[in-house]
Amino acid sequence: MAAPVDSLQRWLDALQAAALIAVDPHGLGGVALRCAHGPVRDTWLSTLRALLPPGTPMLRVPVQIRDDRLLGGLDLAATLQAGRPVAQTGVMSQVHEGLMVLAMAERLPEGTAARLCAALDQGEITLARDGLQGHHAARFGVIALDEGIDDEVPPARLLERLAFQIDLQSVAPHDVDERIGVGTQGALPSADPAGAEDIAAARRMLPRVRINDDIVAALCAGAMALGADSMRASLLALRAARAAAALDGREAVESEDAELAARLVLGPRATRLPAAPAPEEDLEATAPDPSSDPPEPPESEPDTDTETDSPESTAAAPEPARADAESASSPTTDELILEAARATIPAGLLAQLASAVSPPSQGGPSGRMGIARAARLRGRPVGTRPGMPRDGARLALIDTLRAAAPWQTIRRAQVRGVSSSHGTRPKVEVRASDFRIARLQDRAETTTIFVVDASGSSALHRLAEAKGAVELLLADCYVRRDRVAVIAFRGRMAEVLLPPTRSLARAKRALAGLPGGGGTPLAAGIDSAFSLAEGIARRGGTPVVVLLTDGRANVSRDGTGGRERAESDAQESARALRSSGHASLLIDTSPQARAPGLHLAQAMGAVYLPLPNADAKGVSRAVQSVSAGSNPRS
Amino acid sequence: MSLTFPFSAIVGQDEMKLAILIAAVDPSVGGVLVLGDRGTGKSTAVRALAALLPKMKAVIGCPYQCDPNAVSGHCEACLAKQGTARKSHLIPVPVVDLPLGATEDRVVGALDLERALTAGEKAFEPGLLARANRGFLYVDEVNLLEDHLVDLLIDVAASGENLVEREGLSVRHPARFVLVGSGNPEEGELRPQLLDRFGLSVEVSTPRELPDRIEVVRRRDAFERDPQAFTAQWGKADEKIRRNLVKARERLAGIEVPDSVLELAARLCIALGTDGLRGELTLMRAARALAALDGAAQVSEAQLRRIAVPALRHRLRRNPLDDSGSGVRVERALVELFGA
Repeated sequence: MAAPVDSLQRWLDALQAAALIAVDPHGLGGVALRCAHGPVRDTWLSTLRALLPPGTPMLRVPVQIRDDRLLGGLDLAATLQAGRPVAQTGVMSQVHEGLMVLAMAERLPEGTAARLCAALDQGEITLARDGLQGHHAARFGVIALDEGIDDEVPPARLLERLAFQIDLQSVAPHDVDERIGVGTQGALPSADPAGAEDIAAARRMLPRVRINDDIVAALCAGAMALGADSMRASLLALRAARAAAALDGREAVESEDAELAARLVLGPRATRLPAAPAPEEDLEATAPDPSSDPPEPPESEPDTDTETDSPESTAAAPEPARADAESASSPTTDELILEAARATIPAGLLAQLASAVSPPSQGGPSGRMGIARAARLRGRPVGTRPGMPRDGARLALIDTLRAAAPWQTIRRAQVRGVSSSHGTRPKVEVRASDFRIARLQDRAETTTIFVVDASGSSALHRLAEAKGAVELLLADCYVRRDRVAVIAFRGRMAEVLLPPTRSLARAKRALAGLPGGGGTPLAAGIDSAFSLAEGIARRGGTPVVVLLTDGRANVSRDGTGGRERAESDAQESARALRSSGHASLLIDTSPQARAPGLHLAQAMGAVYLPLPNADAKGVSRAVQSVSAGSNPRS
Repeated sequence: MSLTFPFSAIVGQDEMKLAILIAAVDPSVGGVLVLGDRGTGKSTAVRALAALLPKMKAVIGCPYQCDPNAVSGHCEACLAKQGTARKSHLIPVPVVDLPLGATEDRVVGALDLERALTAGEKAFEPGLLARANRGFLYVDEVNLLEDHLVDLLIDVAASGENLVEREGLSVRHPARFVLVGSGNPEEGELRPQLLDRFGLSVEVSTPRELPDRIEVVRRRDAFERDPQAFTAQWGKADEKIRRNLVKARERLAGIEVPDSVLELAARLCIALGTDGLRGELTLMRAARALAALDGAAQVSEAQLRRIAVPALRHRLRRNPLDDSGSGVRVERALVELFGA
């Protein structure tokens, strides 16, 4: 597909998604939009805004929002002023029947994501805090805006609940034409784009829309064939098809609605391409299709005849008898659905799947905020500081009262004559500035990043030894409850085989399956470790980089060969790592201790450990001392 | 309050449904650990069961839902008023969610700041554990929970009491609940001590058969379109389960566990090498609850076999770096000991 056509199609799909979301924000969950900050994103958002019925809330919410603002709760400062409980409505109640827009959703903390997911599931929030009780309705959709920088993505649990996942990164501002609205006949550019009135009519029609079993079955089969395993995928596709029918003014879902749903909902969630049929499977078909061609995926067709047995969905299912008459002429619904979904699968997906790249790492709160937040909640107390007792920060009562004590006379004089709803003023006049919370200090969680040189120059048996040392290190990590990440580099680039995880079984599997061979892109490996380490530090953890290599680079940062440039690139990356201050260890896997390894270690500021001089236990001790050195034990 | 999805309308997931039914019949079995992927209906099943259970009597105004007719397990305030007539009402069995990122003061309870600062009174504001008393506590992503919270939950679930000592407060209140933890094992492992505290563990996965998947989507869709009608449609099946459960609870005390069955349980645990005696205890209690549900007068080998895998699969010693299924080992031991 030529680039301009592809971009236009993406833009039209995005507009279609906007219209569907406007019809059913809560049922469809929302939209995850991956797009750079700029005119394309703004145009999309304003189009969406214009489609919503007047009075529908569409609030922009910062990802660092605290629980009490999100859910609602006691407004402590106002309460103190007034002398009686003053509640603040949470944002989730405010966006009821509307949309919540999260900018920089890749930085959403897991706790906030969990609360949003709970609200999306239940459709209500249960409050039982600060003396406020009750259930509040909160049916809303979420627009998660992802800027697409780095590899960070919004939390998986949230993404799973959003029906549409749209990527507009390749769409240029000049491809975007505001006059191309969403036609009421699917995503074709129409001179009469859908407006707010059409959306309002669709909303009224939605409860009446019927969907027949065949289409339900076809959507489920399509989801299964594409490897969109979670049940939510099928359910969201169903709702999207309904919304599409309502938008078109029909009371029954047709196959074109199902196709649209498959393209928008199932396509982005595909993890595999439907398997091509094997030749012998056609013989089993009870109604052989005279015009069957290889691209046809028979295994995705639903088994509407219950007597024909088809135990596995990936085995061929005999074509339904009813399709016999029409199979020669028109394709069945399921094929249409699959074709539609297949069109959205990005070209590189096969390549991606073949190399089994694991999902990219998550973002988290940025900068000092992340470290500060994480540190505030754990550890042992070491004094107090001014601040509000929110989000788990513990109130230091004595210090608070001590801070309020000197002001009592003055404050009482000020409020003399003013009585609260209790009839008398409180015994101690406390203001918001008096609050003191406990400061905690805790050992930050360590994440050990194994950066493994899997290139040809690292002889296979050295790698095996190194892997043995790594297994011992994994056992240590288990004991210390540390996390582990694995990056491998060979050929032309580095990949994150395993994002930070506590699941050591996965780490072991990732290392066991590590193939060897190819050039040594050392600079790319160190860069990858550096960005992963920065991400971890941002989230309040402590990264430790363990690099296993022989130090002889021959592939430079951009993937081209050439020993000299490769080595200078590697030195540059090493210096960048050193200046970041993260603890690191270089394990030299060459048969004899050689200069390249030593120089690299010096440039990185890493502890140098030649493998011939140390066995697995020595390596493990070295890593322990390095990570202990980087962690101030309280 | 919105209606909950009916328990009997859940497609498949038989092992999980059985495990939480057993835990509801006899809470002393311990909690239930549900491990599996996203979107497999874990929290749906717990909520559905709580909605299924008959409503319970609770003292009006008691933050711990104390039972006016019980002889023990009261909070201090209700204990003081015991003997006098207290007004009570019927409330549904509570299901409390422990969300990811919950902090200790939300879970345990803390000083009531509003009262302290406005009225100058020291009062205890109950936390999630108080609200879960006599009900279910559902912990999502239990394998990602912070260590000190996990320790806290273990202690409270085992002792049935929550002891709060902070900010000048010293409060002790009843906290008896069925702990149901869910999680995705791919994201991390639970420590063995915590694993051992869960009575039963089950593994759930999304249905592999297309007809099952279609049925799940169909039912969910029908429920959302018209919750009243759907709930009414499954009302009879739910009623059947409820009556069976209530009868099972009544029968429980009278069910015998013959020595032969105890011996089989012990032999099974020895063969598998489980640490400690919790394995046998759980097997015995779970088998008895299962017998109560089946309507049997005493526990037989059949019940033991049915409940062995959920009761023991998480108690086996294994290499943490090895992720092979432990359920298979239990089944193999069953075959060796009892025959196929």
